[in-house]
Amino acid sequence: MTRPFPILVLGALLLAAPGFAAAAGPGFPLQSANADVSNQASLQRGAKLYMNYCLGCHSLEYVRYNTLAEGLGLTEEQVAENLRFTADSPHAQIEIGMPEEDAADWFGLAPPDLSLIARSRGEDYVYTFLKSFYVDPSARQTGVNNKVLAGTAMPHVLWELQGLQEAVYRQEIRPDGSREKVFEGFELVQPGSMTPDEYDQAARDLTAFLSWTAEPMQLERQQLGIKVLLFLLLLFVFSWLYYKELWKDVK
Amino acid sequence: MSAEKKNASKSGSAVGREGGGLSGWFRKRFPWDQLMEDHVTGYYAPKNFNWFYVFGSLALLALIIQIVTGIFLTMNYKPSAAEAFSSVEYIMRDVEWGWLIRYMHSTGASLFFLVVYIHMFRALLYGSYQKPRELIWIFGMLIYLAMSAEAFFGYLLPWGQMSYWGAQVIVSLFGALPVIGEPLVEFIRGDYFISDVTLNRFFALHVIALPLVLLGLVVAHILALHEVGSNNPDGVEIKDHKGPDGRPLDGIPFHPYHTAKDVPAWVVFSMVFALIVFFAPEMGGYFLEHANFEPANRLKTPEHIAPVWYFTPFYAILRAIPDKLGGVLMMGAAMFMLFLLPWLDRSPVRSIRYKGPLFKIALTTFVVSFVMLGWLGLQPATGLYTILARIFTVLYFAFFLLMPIYSKIDKVKTPPARVTYHD
Repeated sequence: MTRPFPILVLGALLLAAPGFAAAAGPGFPLQSANADVSNQASLQRGAKLYMNYCLGCHSLEYVRYNTLAEGLGLTEEQVAENLRFTADSPHAQIEIGMPEEDAADWFGLAPPDLSLIARSRGEDYVYTFLKSFYVDPSARQTGVNNKVLAGTAMPHVLWELQGLQEAVYRQEIRPDGSREKVFEGFELVQPGSMTPDEYDQAARDLTAFLSWTAEPMQLERQQLGIKVLLFLLLLFVFSWLYYKELWKDVK
Repeated sequence: MSAEKKNASKSGSAVGREGGGLSGWFRKRFPWDQLMEDHVTGYYAPKNFNWFYVFGSLALLALIIQIVTGIFLTMNYKPSAAEAFSSVEYIMRDVEWGWLIRYMHSTGASLFFLVVYIHMFRALLYGSYQKPRELIWIFGMLIYLAMSAEAFFGYLLPWGQMSYWGAQVIVSLFGALPVIGEPLVEFIRGDYFISDVTLNRFFALHVIALPLVLLGLVVAHILALHEVGSNNPDGVEIKDHKGPDGRPLDGIPFHPYHTAKDVPAWVVFSMVFALIVFFAPEMGGYFLEHANFEPANRLKTPEHIAPVWYFTPFYAILRAIPDKLGGVLMMGAAMFMLFLLPWLDRSPVRSIRYKGPLFKIALTTFVVSFVMLGWLGLQPATGLYTILARIFTVLYFAFFLLMPIYSKIDKVKTPPARVTYHD
C-alpha cells in the first residue's frame, strides 16, 4: 500500500539533483571554472581585480559597498580604502561614472551591468570568456576577438596580466576534398606579467567574485537549508509515529 | 487524567455548545459545529486511501504557500517596466528574508503544478472523474486552467528576458484567430507590444483576480467532493454499506485519521521543497530560467524561447502543427479533451485495479506521451523532434478519442463489494 510514495519521493529527489542543466546554446566549449564562493581570499582578490580592471565600464548596480564588505569578510573602512573608488556612501550601489550614451557611442552598445552575469550565463561562461581573447587584426577597434563571444566590442582589458595569445588552427580535409579550419588552441605570443597558471587563478577569482555578486546570500542559503532539513526530519519522525499510533485502531 | 475530569471537560464543551460563555455566544450565531461535522470530523472518507490520496491536501498546502509568500512579495515588488526587474533583485538582496520568500514562491509555483499533475493522474488511475463525480473533475479542471493563467501572468512580473519573450509568444498566439486576432492581442497587451501597461494589468490579474477565482473554485471543488463522497483505490462506493449509525462501514472521519496521515506527507513535501529552495533554487534552469536573470529587452530576442516546464506538453502540441491557427486550436483541444473525460470513459468499473489490459495500455501510452511532449517542448522544434512531437500528439489525442471504444470492449474484473484494506 505504501509503495508508490517512496518512488515519487525518489523521483523528486533525482529531479532536485542539480547539474543536468543544458548549457546555453552551441559554440565554443566552456571550461569548468571551479570557482569557490566560500573562499573569501579568492573573493577578495576577485573584487580587487574587478575594481581595477572592470569597473571602468561595467557596473554592479545590485550590489552595495556595505554588502560587499560583509560578504567578503572586510570592514567598511577596508572597503572604503581599497575598493570604493567611485562612490562616497558605504550604502551606495556599485555604479560607474561613464554615461550610458557615450558608452554606446564608443563601443556600439553600452557595456552591460555584470551583477547577475554568473547567473544568466553561468560561471563557466565567465571563466572561459576571460581566457579566450586572442589577437585578431580584423577587429579594427580593439585588435582582439573572443572565442566565446565572437565579434565582442570589449577590448582585452586584462592583457597586461595574461599577455596576448593567438588562435592556432589546423587544416583538415573533409571527405569531399574541401578544406576546413579547425581551432586547435591558443598560443601565447607575448607573455604578460602573470604566468598562465597565475592568470587562470585570476580568472577563477574574478569568476568567484561575480558568482558572489550574482547571489550574495548563496552560502547563507545552504547553511540555513541544512538546519531546516534537520528540523523537518525530526518533525517527520514524530508525525509518522503519531500517524501509526492513531491508525492502529483502523481495521 | 481522571475519568471525572474527562467527564467534566466533556460536559463543559456540551454546555458551551448550548449556551454559556464566549464559545456558546459564538456558536449560537455561527454554524461552527455544523461546518466541522459536515466537512472535518464528521466527513467519512474511505479507509483504504493509498499515498496518492495525499496530493489533494498537498495542493491546498501549495496554494497556501503561494498566497502567503505572494502577499509578502507584493509588499516590495514594483509593477512597472522601469522598476520591476530591480525590485525583484532588491527583494533578493536587501529585503530581510526576501530571498527565501522569493525562492519559496518560484519553487512553489513549479511544485504546485507537479502536485496537481500527480493529483490528476490519481484521478485517472482510480476513475475518480466517473459518475457521480463529474462535477468534482470539472471544477478541478477549471482550477487547473485558472492556475495556468495565474502562472502565466505571474511569469511576466520579474520582467526578465524570458518573462518578456515568453509573454510575447503566448499573447501573440491569440493573433492566429481570424478577424478578431490582432485586435484581441492589442486588447490583451493594452499596447502595441508587451509594455509597462501590460505588466501593470498582468500584476492586477495575478495578485487579485485569479487568486479570487482560484479560491472560489477550490471551495466548489471541495463542496462537490463532500456532497458525493470520496472515491478510493478500489473504486467502490463506501456509502453502499452503512452501519446502524448511518456511517459508512469502510469510512473513517477525515479528522483526525486522514489529517494525521496527511501531516507526514506534508513534511516530506516540505523536505523536497526545502531541498530545492535551499540547494537548487534554479533547478538547473527549469524553475528559474537562466535568461530571466537578464532584464527584459524589447530589441533583443533570446536565441531559444521555451516556456516553463509545466506548460511544455501543450507547447509541444502547438508547435507540432505546421499551421499557426491549427496549432492554437489543437492546443486548446488538448486541454478541452480533459474536460470531457467523465463522458468518454464507458467502463463499468472505476479503478485500474479492475480495469482490463486495454485501459492499462492506453493510460501508459498517455502518460508516456504527456511526459515526452513535455520534454520535447523544451527542445528546439527541428527535424526529429518535430516528428516525435507529431507522433506523441496523435497518441495524446488517441487516448481520449478512442476511449469510448476501448473502455467499453475492455475485459474488466469484478470489483469486490467492499473496499480491500490490509495494513
